[in-house]
Amino acid sequence: MLTIKNLHAEVDGKEILKGIDLEIPKGEVHAIMGPNGSGKSSLASVLAGRENYTVTQGEVIFEGKDLLEMSPEDRAREGVFLAFQYPVEIPGVSNINFLKTALNEIRAYKGLPALEAKEFLKLTKEKQQLVDFNANLMNRSLNEGFSGGEKKRNEIFQLAMLDPKLGILDETDSGLDIDALRIVANGVNKLRSTEKSFLVITHYQRLLEYIVPDFVHVLYDGRIVKTGTKELALELEEKGYDWLKETVVHENV
Amino acid sequence: MISDITLPFYQYILEGGNGLTPKDDALHALRQEALTRFRSLGLPDLKTEAWRNTNIQRILKEQPFILQQQAFPVTADQVAPAFIPGLSCYTAVLVNGHLQPELSELPAAKDVTVSKLSDAVQQSGFQAFFDKHPHLAEQPFAALNTALFADGLFLELKANAVLDKPLHIVHIYTVTQHAFLQPRHLWIAHPHAQATVIESSLGLHPDAVAFVNGVSEIVLEENAELWHYNLQNMAENSRHVHQTAARQQTYSRYHHYNFTLPHATLVRNNLSVALNGSYTETDLHGLYLATGQQHVDNHTFVDHLVPNCNSNELYKGVLLDNADGVFTGRIHVHQDAQKTNAFQQNNNLLLSDKANINSQPQLEIYADDVKCSHGFTVGQFSEESLFYLRSRGIGAEAARTLLVNAFAFDITDQVHIPALQQHLTEQIQQYVSRETISN
Repeated sequence: MLTIKNLHAEVDGKEILKGIDLEIPKGEVHAIMGPNGSGKSSLASVLAGRENYTVTQGEVIFEGKDLLEMSPEDRAREGVFLAFQYPVEIPGVSNINFLKTALNEIRAYKGLPALEAKEFLKLTKEKQQLVDFNANLMNRSLNEGFSGGEKKRNEIFQLAMLDPKLGILDETDSGLDIDALRIVANGVNKLRSTEKSFLVITHYQRLLEYIVPDFVHVLYDGRIVKTGTKELALELEEKGYDWLKETVVHENV
Repeated sequence: MISDITLPFYQYILEGGNGLTPKDDALHALRQEALTRFRSLGLPDLKTEAWRNTNIQRILKEQPFILQQQAFPVTADQVAPAFIPGLSCYTAVLVNGHLQPELSELPAAKDVTVSKLSDAVQQSGFQAFFDKHPHLAEQPFAALNTALFADGLFLELKANAVLDKPLHIVHIYTVTQHAFLQPRHLWIAHPHAQATVIESSLGLHPDAVAFVNGVSEIVLEENAELWHYNLQNMAENSRHVHQTAARQQTYSRYHHYNFTLPHATLVRNNLSVALNGSYTETDLHGLYLATGQQHVDNHTFVDHLVPNCNSNELYKGVLLDNADGVFTGRIHVHQDAQKTNAFQQNNNLLLSDKANINSQPQLEIYADDVKCSHGFTVGQFSEESLFYLRSRGIGAEAARTLLVNAFAFDITDQVHIPALQQHLTEQIQQYVSRETISN
């Protein structure tokens, strides 16, 4: 589904991603772990099309198409969804109006008619229940005054509503207590399917106890330095990232 | 002091010619007095404090304006585009300030009088209130209007009258050569009367420029309530200087909503409210959305003369392209006006590097037991908000529109007529998505 080849990217002239290679087949969940500043969130931003990043080398192919050529909205319409680490508050835009606009723009892109009000409400109810999202938040302004947990839950709710092919979770676990984490993870697990892939970016192994990945990649200094199964996450948790730094330095020497 | 001006009719007036004042004996003395006042005030220039951000002389000198006093015939088909879809209302259609009863649907005369101002000169309401607002005396354009106006709308709500539907006043301007128009309106709400008035306009003069210098005097007697929506959607070939002078007696409530939209090149609003009675409520809501080369200048003045009055002012601006915005919010709390609550806020969204806003609060507080505040912000689109919306599949254009509507929401949400609210939201959407946003 997603193929990343030798991806280099910089921001403000500083190289952050230094040659990433990653293949995520359909239906798989891949986790990316790594210390702070290793480039995890930058990778998510580049994939979603954040404009302050410049790709200097490499390519990203999503479902046979060149992802890097597309505008952020077209990436979303093709089926890439980024759950933000820090979801934005937008006063004056209601959650429900926002979702309706997004959903219908994606449908229009696919040549589908806009959803009837009734169908939209039905879908909304169904997905609210699926990811345990408080219905009272629907008519409020987008994320305005939401707690940290509510914001993250809203990201997962949007993911459920927009039904992408690839969900990228950028440190969705940061700032969540264990109950909120469990609810968010549960939501993701319910959305897992043979048709959908996930890229789960996290600093901590904790999230991966709830969203069990097929593969774990370790990102360090803009490169993937290690790939393994879910056990790698446990090993990292146990030994910390310093162990990794030493290994990488050792290997480079 | 007499300012240097090349405008033919101005020059004529400033130099002492009196022949332009309409020949109506009843108002002769008043007009002569106003003319003298205009001569002594002179035309404002950039050194005049209240006009230092609006070069009115330059705009007056652009065209050789003639003074136009009459209406030209207009058909119902021409008026039709001015109506607001789905709005159930009475209508009063004015052409160049002259009421056209055959194009209007006026309310029954039982509780309310809607007539030409020129027909109301002998009425007690006219004699009691016409040209009596204290703030008008200081304004040169108001003096000029008093001296030269031909006609306008007279609206009088009798005591306890409640208008069952809004009255939509459609101002149509039609000129065949560059012309200076001076409509003059007087609205009176007697004790306990209630009404909603919506104003909008339509320009039928593609090839000539209309300069409209209007005055609206509004009187709210004890416990009267007026919702006043002013939709300034004037034609590109027009320049507008408008004085709205309201006065409020005890317990009255005045809700003013001003929406300045494209395309008039110049809009200058002088909105002033004199609070003569205690326990009044005054809400001033403004939204200006300016595009192209528009210059939109809102001067507001809330005069707290007596104790225990509340005024609340929120003006928001969205400026695109090369548009230029000015906001001056004056609040004067007199020594006797204890227990005043006066709040003022002005927020702006600049959507182009070339757009500009000049905002200035002027608070003069001479009482010691009051609550007053003011605030001003100017911002641009949050790139992060824009990216967030786009990352959900919402196109850049639609995302910008959503964000502008979100910014305007504080104002549009206050509109208590759904059809009008819908109409405004659509207009905003149309202008924001049509204009190129260079940011």
